[in-house]
Amino acid sequence: MNAYLLRRVLQMIPTLFGVVLLVFLLFNWVGGDPAYVLAGKFSNPRDIENIRHQLGVDQPLYVQLGIFLRQVITFDFGNSWATQEPVSHIFLSRLGPSLALMIPMLVLETLLGVVLALAVAHVRDSWIDRTLTLLTTSAMSISLLVYIIVGQYVFAFALGWFPVQGWSSTPQGWVHYAVLPILLGLAVSLAPAIRLYRTFVLDEIHQDYVRTARAKGVPEWRVMLVHVLRNASIPIITNVLASLPALLIGAFLLERFFSIPGIGREVILAVERSDFPVIKAVTVAVAVATMVFNLLADLAYKWVDPRVELS
Amino acid sequence: MNANPLANPAPQHPVPQHPAPQAAPARGLWQIAVRRLLRNRVGLASAAVVAAFLLLILTTASGLLARDWDQQYAVSFAPPTAIAGNPQDDDAVGQGGTGSQIDPRAPVDLYGVVDPLADVMARIHGLSAPQAAAVAPEPTSVSGVVDPIGDALARAKAVPKSAVTQQRAVSLTLGADKWGRSVALKVVKGAETSVLVGLAAAAVATLIGTLLGALAGYCGGWVDATLDWLYGVFTAIPYLLLVFAIAAVLQQKGVTTIVLILGLTGWTGVYRLIRAEYLKHKAREYVQAARAIGASHLRRMFVHILPNVSHVVLVQLSQQVVGFIKAEVILSFLGFGVPVDVVSWGSMLNETPNELILGKWWQLAAAAVMMAVLVTAFAMLTDALRDALDPRLK
Repeated sequence: MNAYLLRRVLQMIPTLFGVVLLVFLLFNWVGGDPAYVLAGKFSNPRDIENIRHQLGVDQPLYVQLGIFLRQVITFDFGNSWATQEPVSHIFLSRLGPSLALMIPMLVLETLLGVVLALAVAHVRDSWIDRTLTLLTTSAMSISLLVYIIVGQYVFAFALGWFPVQGWSSTPQGWVHYAVLPILLGLAVSLAPAIRLYRTFVLDEIHQDYVRTARAKGVPEWRVMLVHVLRNASIPIITNVLASLPALLIGAFLLERFFSIPGIGREVILAVERSDFPVIKAVTVAVAVATMVFNLLADLAYKWVDPRVELS
Repeated sequence: MNANPLANPAPQHPVPQHPAPQAAPARGLWQIAVRRLLRNRVGLASAAVVAAFLLLILTTASGLLARDWDQQYAVSFAPPTAIAGNPQDDDAVGQGGTGSQIDPRAPVDLYGVVDPLADVMARIHGLSAPQAAAVAPEPTSVSGVVDPIGDALARAKAVPKSAVTQQRAVSLTLGADKWGRSVALKVVKGAETSVLVGLAAAAVATLIGTLLGALAGYCGGWVDATLDWLYGVFTAIPYLLLVFAIAAVLQQKGVTTIVLILGLTGWTGVYRLIRAEYLKHKAREYVQAARAIGASHLRRMFVHILPNVSHVVLVQLSQQVVGFIKAEVILSFLGFGVPVDVVSWGSMLNETPNELILGKWWQLAAAAVMMAVLVTAFAMLTDALRDALDPRLK
């Protein structure tokens, strides 16, 4: 087990180096000279020279790569080009709103998805099942942009049940501002979740152990909630863990529409303003998180299903 | 364990209407697949919808239809004809306020180039026309002062007012947007952009994924290790974040740029599947036989194995188109996608939040419905293709 952990962690190093190299090539080589972006429209050669020296882009590429590697290891990406705010501070301060939005969304999505999937699988091939399949199919065909645009208009603007946009970090503020984005996010993600979890449950429901349980007189709710759910939870847990890295970047579109100061909105702003340090930092941080969560998913897999051999 | 249908092309469904010769003709995977597809009603219906879309795109791309989608046909926010019978108050105000004063010729010149200052110029024309009529019955040169906007005034006055108002419709089939452009034409032209971007990006991504997957699966060894490392790197970064990062770096906008962004980042899924297929196939007897008769590595990879995994490639291609159409819409919505002189469903949706507040819902409805229809049809066609080509897959 420990040897496995150690090997997995060591395996992350080349991948992380690859991510750093990719980001570096993208921004320092493909992206061209950032001095022209920074100096603005009215610049003179001396300003540009100064900025180039300050950023280190007048150095050879391998020295620049060294600078970037040091930034990654110390997680100090300098200051934002647009606001001069330290990038690490931007990242940490925007994380809260993103998590406040995404964690409830993920918990609700998983709970509702599993409960509804169990219910639908229980009445499979009935008219309820077919109606719900039709509903989820049509729900999935509509662009998530449309959900957000219409939802924001109807529930916030027209009906006035929720604020149109804004954010506050107090608990009351969270209830005030986060409920509508969370509901809209659920509306988008619930249909695919039900579909996926339904197939997981259906895979188990025809197994012999289910028939055995029924034959020995186990009540139906216990068959579904204990026998079936425990086995279906293996792929479900893997699926949930795989979607955890998305917590870090939040929901780009929800944050943008509702002006929630999360990381997703920050990334969109950074792309709009060519704020390279912010994009670099978020990309590297999310890549690290993705690798860590992948490892956790594999460990959880082993924990839930002892038959799995970690190799 | 997966018996390859091509390696052993036993006809699974004997067809009665063909009088069977002595030995039943061996049917390939594709013939069987087409037969299965033709029997799938849902698959056929979705294929028909997709074909209709492709036909529509062909007509717009060749300029037969919607060539002048950015022409201003109607008054600002002209409602759809179906509901235009009972015009609401705010519609009337909107038309009186903006529609009648804007010079319809201004924004688009003969070459289809959009004048960014068209709105401002149109307002100047509209505002100064009555003044000019009152003040300047004679040329300004009498006093020796040259009127700086005299030319523009003369042009504005040259257009008969009655002709202007008659040219602009008060309602269109699917309504009009803020500038009086026809939503119907925009949504059709937008379909062209979105679908072409989706198809081209899927082609690029599938090509890269297939090539790299074939190399990794066939060669193994350090090639496989290197490509797997590359795969790990690309999948460590969430897809949209990677797309945003590249969009931030590539400053020039354009349809080619967005195709490249989506294609260069979207190859990982195809790579994984094709690599697994090649791993499976390279040990098969038919590949060994090809080796025995002296077929080169390249020949074995692309002449012998590739046709046997092409059904995976095709299903992946079809699946990717849907994903890339959605991605293009989001990118264009955020303004990182197509340039302003190209219409796409994403840039149409971008205009809709502000329109909704004014109660103008038709552009949103048109773009949303078109996209939903195409995405659903394409997804169902993909399912049908997968069922037809590889019934064991679920």
